Amino acid sequence: MSVTDTAPDTAAGQDAPPAPRRSPRSARALWGTVAFHSGAGLLSVLWLVPIAVVLITATRSFDDIASHGLGSMPHSFTLGGFRQAWVDGGQQQALVNSLLVSIPTVLLSLLLASMAAFALSRYDMPFRRALLLLMLSGNLLPPQILLIPVDKLSEKLGIYDSLYALIGVQIGFGVGFYVFVLHGFMRAIPPEIQQAAVIDGAGPWQIYTRVIMPLARPALAALTALAFTWIFNDLLWAITVLRSEEKMPITASLLSLQGQYVSQWNVIAAGSVIAAAPTVIVFLRFQRHFVAGLNLGAVK
Amino acid sequence: MAVLTAAGRRATEGAGRGGRTTRGGGRRATRVPPAVLAFVLLPLLAEGFFVFWPALQGFYLSLTKWDGVSAPQFIGLGNYREMIHDTVFHTAMLDTVLWLALFGGLSALLGLGAALLLQQERRGVGFYRAALFLPVVFSLTATALVWQAMYQPDGLINKTMSGLGLGSLTHAWLADQDTALYAVIVPALWRQVGYVMVLYLAGLKGIDPALYEAAKVDGASRWQQFRHITLPQLRSVNAVVLSVIIIDSLRSFDVVWALTHGGPYHSSELLSTYMYSTAFQSLRLGYGSALAVVIFVLAFGVIASYLVRAFKEAD
Repeated sequence: MSVTDTAPDTAAGQDAPPAPRRSPRSARALWGTVAFHSGAGLLSVLWLVPIAVVLITATRSFDDIASHGLGSMPHSFTLGGFRQAWVDGGQQQALVNSLLVSIPTVLLSLLLASMAAFALSRYDMPFRRALLLLMLSGNLLPPQILLIPVDKLSEKLGIYDSLYALIGVQIGFGVGFYVFVLHGFMRAIPPEIQQAAVIDGAGPWQIYTRVIMPLARPALAALTALAFTWIFNDLLWAITVLRSEEKMPITASLLSLQGQYVSQWNVIAAGSVIAAAPTVIVFLRFQRHFVAGLNLGAVK
Repeated sequence: MAVLTAAGRRATEGAGRGGRTTRGGGRRATRVPPAVLAFVLLPLLAEGFFVFWPALQGFYLSLTKWDGVSAPQFIGLGNYREMIHDTVFHTAMLDTVLWLALFGGLSALLGLGAALLLQQERRGVGFYRAALFLPVVFSLTATALVWQAMYQPDGLINKTMSGLGLGSLTHAWLADQDTALYAVIVPALWRQVGYVMVLYLAGLKGIDPALYEAAKVDGASRWQQFRHITLPQLRSVNAVVLSVIIIDSLRSFDVVWALTHGGPYHSSELLSTYMYSTAFQSLRLGYGSALAVVIFVLAFGVIASYLVRAFKEAD
């Protein structure tokens, strides 16, 4: 609610001249600033409260939560919840599994997607546009329609309940979107650059690795950050193609933690923190690229 | 055939693009190097194998009765006929529509509101944007557990309500059939608003400031500026947000599964959760496929319009 209520205040701020003269107008600008910060500040606090709650809960002791209640102020500080989630709850293994899936998947799908995008954007491929849209359409399909057949397919291939099955399906499902985004980006690279390389005797592979890929770096960085969070955060594919507890990625392991440590909120909260940490790190490190990536796909 | 298309296309495209100017004498070569063909075929094969081929099977399986062990048995439209009388399906359908309207509508409104509020570059705005955006990077599973702690009978939400003198409204939010669905929407929104905000921020940045200058000269009020400049200028972003939201809504699974598994008594059941439990818990794979087809049909319009727009932009 507060968002819509305070929205006009920005417009008020917009009126303020870039360098306010000391005049009656500056009082208005000051007012606008105060209103802006209280509105936006309140909103941010509202958004950050759940994160603060989970961080605090994760560092409380079980006895503290049991005696004072989950919603009370903390009376203790311990990292025991983290240890329990990490060691006894199997989160360590699960985090390793998640990284074992996410990292190769991101690298492989971006490699494949960049190759296709390169060919489709830089050469006069027959059915260029149709191929591009076909690939994009695969990513737009609701995954539900694929779950059962993929489940059976991985059984037939003998990779059911293995991380390979998860990597395979994640690549197949994601690649279309990455091709689409990279194609748009590579299309904008001027043809003269490539022609110069051709004159120097470069073949397609050299043009791809030495010319286009380095120029596409910003888009690749953005997609890397984005794809990593998507794949790392996935739950649906994981619980469809995996069965054994010890192969589950961190999202699925978080669910079993919830079942295993019912009402031990310090352990569950600690588990959530562990599960969220890698993507938060990626976000903080690649914030600019990450946000750019979201826009690359959508607003062109 | 392939050569013909390529040649025809070139006649219409003026400037040559690199790569095909090398071979041939006077006329430029039409041949795409075989290596380049492989560049496309390899990824296409991966996608075909894991997406297109399974998708076709999915449609076929929706016409069968299958327990996953014995061979699928073809029953035509039997599964779809069963849906007509399946009350859980009706609930799931209704909840999905509610989810689309509430989760979709509110995340668009709140996202736009947040973008309008935080569009200006001024001191501190980066922090506010980051605060709203941070949940976007969490998995929906982690989001769900965070909010489950908030929703507990002795959790922060009930505690705060009692503190505000609203003690009579405290609730077991997730365990009550009347509130479970809404209680699940809140975390989903909490995570989505920042994402929609980013899309709108980019859209707002693309509006030419001269339009506002001109409107101000003409004495347009702030509301008129919003109504006659901002909204029309955001039309293409709106279309994107709308498609993203609809597709996300129909795919929504994690947060519901982690919080309620669709319960209590199917009160927060979405088509996606119902499809999953039908297929992988009740092992009714044929009926589950038919439910997946329903999800596909609901998404189809969005997919098609997205592709049409992409088609126009592809060049």
